[in-house]
Amino acid sequence: MPRRDDLDTILIIGSGPIVIGQACEFDYSGTQACRVLRAERYRVVLVNSNPATIMTDPEFADATYVEPLDVPSLTRIIEKERPDALLPTLGGQTALNLAVALDEAGVLERSGVELIGASIEAIRTAEDRSRFKAAMTEIGLSVPRSGFAYGVDEALVVAEEVGYPLIVRPSFILGGGGTGIAHDVDSLREIATRGLAASPVSEILLEQSVAGWKEYELEVMRDHADNVVVICSIENLDPMGVHTGDSITVAPVQTLTDVEYQRMRDAAFACIRRIGVDTGGSNIQFAVDPRTGEQVVIEMNPRVSRSSALASKATGFPIAKIAARLAVGYRLDEITNDITGETPASFEPTIDYVVTKFPRWAFEKLPGASPVLGTMMQSVGEAMAIGRTFAESLQKAIRSLETGRFGLNCDPVEVAYDGLSDDELVRVAAVATPERIFQVEAALRRFLPVERVHEATDIDPWFLDQMLQIVEERDRLGALSADRMTRADWRRAKRYGFSDAQLAHLWDVDVAQVRDARMATGVVITYKTVDTCAAEFEAHTPYHYGTHEDEDELAPLTRPAIVILGSGPNRIGQGVEFDYCCVHAAFALRDAGYETVMVNCNPETVSTDYDTSDRLFFEPLTEEDVRDVCDALSRAGTRGGGELVGVIVGLGGQTPLKLAHALERVGIPVLGTSPDSIDLAEDRERFNALCERLGIPQPPGGTATGPEAARAVAREIGYPVLVRPSYVLGGRAMQIVYDEAALDSAMAELGIAGSLGREGGLSAERPALIDRFLEDAIEVDVDALRDASGEVVIGGVMEHIEEAGVHSGDSACAIPPPTLPPAVVVTIEAHTRALADALDVRGLLNVQYAVKDGEVYVLEANPRASRTVPFVSKATGVPLAKAAARVMCGATLAELRDEGVLRPPATGGHIAVKEAVLPFSRFPTVDTLLGPEMRSTGEVMGIDNSFGLAFAKSQSGAGNRLPEQGTVFMSLADRDKPDGLLAARRFVELGFSVSATAGTAAALEDAGVPVESVVAKVGEPVGVDAVELISSGKVDLVVNTPRGRGPRADGAHIRQAAVIHRVACVTTVAAALAAAAGIAEATTREPTVRALQEYHADGQLRLEV
Amino acid sequence: MSGALREAVLVLADGTTFEGEAIGWLPDDEVATGEVVFNTALSGYQEIITDPSYAGQVITFTYPHIGNYGVNPDDVESRAPACRGVILRDIARRPSNWRATDDLDTFLRRHRLAGLAGVDTRRLTRHIREAGAMPGAFALDETAARTAAADAAPTDGVDLVAQVTTPAAYTVGDAAAPFLVVAYDFGIKTTILRHLEAAGCQIEVVPASTPAADVLAREPDGVFLSNGPGDPAAVAGGAANVAALVGEVPVFGICLGQQVLGLALGGHTFKLPFGHHGANHPVRHEATGRVEITSQNHNYAVDVDSLPAHVELTHVNLNDGVVEGFRLRDVPAFAVQYHPEAGPGPHDATYLFDEFTALMAES
Repeated sequence: MPRRDDLDTILIIGSGPIVIGQACEFDYSGTQACRVLRAERYRVVLVNSNPATIMTDPEFADATYVEPLDVPSLTRIIEKERPDALLPTLGGQTALNLAVALDEAGVLERSGVELIGASIEAIRTAEDRSRFKAAMTEIGLSVPRSGFAYGVDEALVVAEEVGYPLIVRPSFILGGGGTGIAHDVDSLREIATRGLAASPVSEILLEQSVAGWKEYELEVMRDHADNVVVICSIENLDPMGVHTGDSITVAPVQTLTDVEYQRMRDAAFACIRRIGVDTGGSNIQFAVDPRTGEQVVIEMNPRVSRSSALASKATGFPIAKIAARLAVGYRLDEITNDITGETPASFEPTIDYVVTKFPRWAFEKLPGASPVLGTMMQSVGEAMAIGRTFAESLQKAIRSLETGRFGLNCDPVEVAYDGLSDDELVRVAAVATPERIFQVEAALRRFLPVERVHEATDIDPWFLDQMLQIVEERDRLGALSADRMTRADWRRAKRYGFSDAQLAHLWDVDVAQVRDARMATGVVITYKTVDTCAAEFEAHTPYHYGTHEDEDELAPLTRPAIVILGSGPNRIGQGVEFDYCCVHAAFALRDAGYETVMVNCNPETVSTDYDTSDRLFFEPLTEEDVRDVCDALSRAGTRGGGELVGVIVGLGGQTPLKLAHALERVGIPVLGTSPDSIDLAEDRERFNALCERLGIPQPPGGTATGPEAARAVAREIGYPVLVRPSYVLGGRAMQIVYDEAALDSAMAELGIAGSLGREGGLSAERPALIDRFLEDAIEVDVDALRDASGEVVIGGVMEHIEEAGVHSGDSACAIPPPTLPPAVVVTIEAHTRALADALDVRGLLNVQYAVKDGEVYVLEANPRASRTVPFVSKATGVPLAKAAARVMCGATLAELRDEGVLRPPATGGHIAVKEAVLPFSRFPTVDTLLGPEMRSTGEVMGIDNSFGLAFAKSQSGAGNRLPEQGTVFMSLADRDKPDGLLAARRFVELGFSVSATAGTAAALEDAGVPVESVVAKVGEPVGVDAVELISSGKVDLVVNTPRGRGPRADGAHIRQAAVIHRVACVTTVAAALAAAAGIAEATTREPTVRALQEYHADGQLRLEV
Repeated sequence: MSGALREAVLVLADGTTFEGEAIGWLPDDEVATGEVVFNTALSGYQEIITDPSYAGQVITFTYPHIGNYGVNPDDVESRAPACRGVILRDIARRPSNWRATDDLDTFLRRHRLAGLAGVDTRRLTRHIREAGAMPGAFALDETAARTAAADAAPTDGVDLVAQVTTPAAYTVGDAAAPFLVVAYDFGIKTTILRHLEAAGCQIEVVPASTPAADVLAREPDGVFLSNGPGDPAAVAGGAANVAALVGEVPVFGICLGQQVLGLALGGHTFKLPFGHHGANHPVRHEATGRVEITSQNHNYAVDVDSLPAHVELTHVNLNDGVVEGFRLRDVPAFAVQYHPEAGPGPHDATYLFDEFTALMAES
C-alpha cells in the first residue's frame, strides 16, 4: 500500500530546547520528516518551542507553532488545526511523552487524531521498564536481573534480590537523567531518592549491573508489512556502565563473529515485533559478556534517536526520511534508495569504512561538577569521523572535537600523564572520564601490557591494540624527520590518521614544512564516497570523507562553488543556531545557482544531511582538513571548468572564524567580511581606537597578558571588572571580579598553566581583556546586515531581561525591546550602522550594548553570525542568514529585495521572548547562578501579543512554568532590595503570599509588604530553613539573587533545592518583575496559539533604508 | 605479526595494478591466481573463506578490518578453504573474541592461503563493478604477477565442482530422523547440513557425479542440490541427473543447486557482470510480498525467460531483478539462488528448510 490518501493534515511534534540527551539530532529528524511529508503533499503542522531549529523555519511546514510543548498548548493547536494524524516518533522523548500525555488527557480521541508511527501500547511497552522486561521474557530474550521500586525502602528490599552493584533507572526519562550505579546500601539510598524524583511516575528499576560488559546498539527499521532491516550496528568502545551518549562508539560492530551478530539481529527483530512499533526506526541496546558471549537486551527506543542520526550519517541511509514515509503507508521496498537511485530502501546498508563518534563534554563550564562518566548522560555534543580504519577515524574524531588535541597523541598536551607512576596511571584510567582515552594512550605509550589496561578499563583488547598501533607508529615516526620520509612512510603515517600538525609537533617543525615535504612525495588526500553499499552500486550523492588511498572519487566541478564551513560539535555557546545559519546559506546559495559544499563533523545536524548541500565533506574543521577540501575542489574545478569561488567562515560560529587567517594566508578566498576586519573587531586596542574615532562610548578597559598588568588596568578603571580571554565564544572563562584576589585567580585560570592553557593560554596576540563592569545596566543585542554598497539593515534590537553581567546566551531577551525609550533605540541603531561601515562588514554583524542611565555603551562587536540570528528571523520573518550568505557572495541588499529573498519585518504588534535553558538538573552539585560564562545548552521562544504572555510562554517552554498562585519565596542581595520590593508588591497584588529570609523579610516589611513566614538561614538549628521549605513543596516560585559566589553560599543551596524539586526559580530581580508581568497576564487572559506564518503575514512595513 | 613488511602487488587481467603487502602464505616465488570477486558482508570472513563456492576465486573483502574476532573451530563451512586467496585493507594482528582460538593470519598460513593486505579495496571493488569480475594474480614479484594475470583463464566452462565435491558418500545426522535426504555435494556448506539436520533430516551426502539411479536406490524422501562454485553448465552430469530425479522425489536446491535445476528443466544460465556476494541483498518472496534480506554468493544466474511454463517464479532480487527462487507447479521441486542457511548472513529465509520437509511429508 503506497501513500495513505485518507490523511490530509499531519501534526509533527519537535523536541523543544536543546538539552543534554536531546540535541539537534531531532532538528535533523524533524526537518527531514517535514520535507518528506510536504513532498508527499500532506499539510504539515509543526510544534516546537525551539526557535534556533531549522524545522521551525516557516518554509518547512504549512503551519509552524513556536509554542510550549505541553498538553494545554498542544490541545489548543489540535483544536485549531484539526490534524488527521500525529507523528510523535521524530521528536525524541519529549514528543513521545507528549503523545502519551495527550492520549491520557483524551485529546487525541476527542479530536479524532490518529497516532501514526508507534501506538500508545508500543510506546508504553518500550518505555515502562516492568512491561518491557515482561515482554522480553515472554519472547525468550534475556534481560538483566531486576526489580521495581516506588520508594526508597522498597528499593532496599529489591536490592537484596538483585544484588550489588546495581543500576538505578527511573522510568520515563530521557538521556538517563537520574540514573546511577549503587555499590552499597548508602549509595543506593541517595541514588534511589534522586531517581524517584526524576521519574514522572515515581518508579525506578533496580537492575543487575552489567558494567564492564561489551555494549552494542542496532538501528532497526520496520514497515507496516513487517519487513524489518538493520540500518547500522554500533559497538561502544567504552563498555557498559558509561551512558552510550557519553561513550566513544564505533560503527559497524567490530568484535562479534557473524554467528553472534546474527543472533543479536534476530533478537532485535523479535524485540521490535513484540513491542509493536508499526513503522519507523527503533534503537535496541544489548550487553554482551566478554567472557561467555551471553547477550542481554538493555533497552529499546521506539522512535528515532541520537543513535539513529549517527547511523544515518554513518551509512548514508536517511532513517528519519524513510521513517516519515513508512508512517504514511509506504513499504520499504516501495521507496528508492536516494544514493544509488535504483535499488530499493528494503536492504541493509553495508559500509567500507569505519565511523567513530566521540562525545564532547562541558565540565570546564560547570565548576563543582565531577567529570566522572556514568549511566547519566553528561556530554553536550559529539563529533563523528570517517576513516578507512579505526585508527584513522579515531584520530580524526579527536581532532574534530576542538578541545586542543591534534589526535590521540603527538601534541603539547600528550605529556599530561607522564608524571604519574604506572600504578597511578592505571588507577586513574580505570575511572571513566573524558580523559580516559588519553590516559590509556599514555599507558600504552610506556608499553604497559594491553592485558593490564584491559583489566583496568574493560575496553576491548582489539580497540586497545588499534591504539597501540598508533602509539607504535608514533615511535617509528619519531625516529624519522620530514625530509627523510619516503612515500611509503607518509602513506603509512597518514593511514594511521596522523595530521600534519601532529607530525610538526613530533618533529618540532612548522606545519607548512611537513605539508611541503609530504606533497613533494606525492602523498595527497583522496576522497571516498559514503554510498550505503560498499561500492557495489554507483552512488549519485556526493557525500565524501577524506582518507589516504589510491583513488579519489570527486566529480569534476562544473559551476562556481562555495564552501560553507559548519560549526563542529555542539557545545555550550555554539550549537544548533549556527547550523541553522549554515543550512540557510546552503539553501540560498543553491537557489542562486552556486554549487554548495558543506564541511562539518557533527552527525546530529541538518547541515550534515547529504541533500542539504550539493556536496558534503564529513571532515574535521581544522586548517589541514579544510585546506585539503579546498585544494581538492580546485583540482576538480580544473577538470570540469568550474571554480572554487571561496569559503564562508562567518556563519558557523567561532570554529570556522578561527580559520579565516590561515585560509587567507594560503590563498583561499574568504568570503564576506575580511579577516582583517574580524581582527579589528577582536583586537581590543584596535577596536578601542575605532570606537573613539566613531565617538561611541565604551566601558573603560584595557588588555593584559599577566597578573601584574591586569592589576594595573583594574586599578586604573576601578572594580568591579569583567575579565575574559580574546577569541572565545560563549563567554568561556569570563568572570566578573570585585577585588584583586579574585582578579589574580581569574588571570591564573587564563594562563598556560590554568585550565585554559590547552586553548592557547595568554600571549601578546591573545591577551586577556579587562573592562569596567557596568552594574545594573540593561544589555542589548543587535543583529544587522550590511552589503558591499554600504546599505545596512537592522535585523533586530533585543533587550535582555537579565541585567548586564549575565552572559547574553543565558539571558532572556525580547523583540521588540519592551522598556527601551525610542531615543535609545535610535542611538543603538545609529551606532550599529557606524560600526558596520567602519568594519566594512559584508554580511552579518552582532553588537552588544549596555545601557545605563540613558547612556549607550558598546561592549563588543562581532562581524559574524550570532546565536540570536534564528530567533530574530523567527520573530520578524526576515531570513537574515539567507540574505547574509548572498551578501557574502556579492549580492546587494537591494538586489535581494527585488528577488524577494529579503522581506520587510513583520510588525503586527506581537512580541517574542527568548529564554535560555540550563543544564543544572543534570549537575545537582553545580550552582545555578547565572554569570558572564554561558552555561545554557539551548533556548525556547514565547510569542504572543503582549510581553507578559510571551514571557510566560517562554518560561513554560523552558520547563520553568510560572505558578498562578501560591507562595513566593524571596531571598535578595542587599543591592537588589529596592527593586525587589517592587516585585514583591506585584506578587502580593496577584494574590501570592511571600516567604523570605530574615534580612529580606525585614526590608519588605519596612516597606509595608506583608511577609507570611520568615525562614532561617540554611543549616541553622532553629526553625525551618529555606531548603527545607522548598523541599516540603510549600514554595511555588523562588526569587533568589546572589550575594556571593561559591558552593557554600546560602543562595547556592536554595537554588539547588529549587532545581531538584522542580520549583520555578529566578535569580535576578529583572526576571522576577517579568515573571510577575507574565503571571498577571496569564491569569487574566486566555493564551492563544498562532502559527509563525500568521504572525509573519501581519502588518508588514517597508524596510528602513 | 612477525617479520618485516613484504610489499606485494595485485595485477588484474586488464593490467590494472594495486599495491599491498603479503599476508598469510605467500612465499617469495609464489603467485596467487584466480578470478577476483568482492564480498560486501561486514562479518563472517571465516565462513566466506571456507565456503567451497569460492573455488577458483580470489575474495576481496570490502569491509576494511578483517580478522578482528579471530578464527574458531566452529565457524567453518568446509574442512579447508577452496578459494585461491584473499585481498583486504587491514588484517587484525590481535583478535578479540571469547571463541577465538587463533588469529586470521595464522589460519591463512596453516591452510597455505595467500593474502594481500593494505589494498585500496574500494578502488578494486569499483573497478570490478565497472569492468566485471576478471582473473588476477598477486605476488611479491610484479612481473610474475603480471604474467600470471595475463595467462589466467576465466572460470566459464570450467568444472570447479569436481575440485570440491566429496570423493565418497558420507552420512550426517541421526538415523532415526523423520526424513532421509540425499544431498548432491557440489561444494556443500556445513551450515546447510546443520539446517537440514535441525529440520529433521538425516543426510547422505554424495559426490556431484553420482548417477540419479544410485540416488534413487538410496530411497530418499527428498534430494537436496547444494551450492557450489563456478559455471553450472560445466558441472559434469549435473543437469542430466537432476532431470531424472525431478518428479520422482521432492527436490530442493540452493545457489548452484538452483542453477543446475534450471538447466535440468531446459533453461539457460548466464554469467552476471560481477555476481552477488554479500549479506544484504533484498529478495521479495512473491507469495507474501515480504522482503527477505539474504546472503548471496554466485556469479551465474538462471535466465527467467528460458524456463518452461510450469515453473513459477517465487523470489526476485529487488536490486537487479535476478531470479532468486522458483518452484514447479506440477511436481514437488523448488530452489533458491540465495543462501537461506546464511553462514554468514541473516536468518530471514530459514523457513525454506521447513518448506522442504513439509514437501517431503506431503509426498
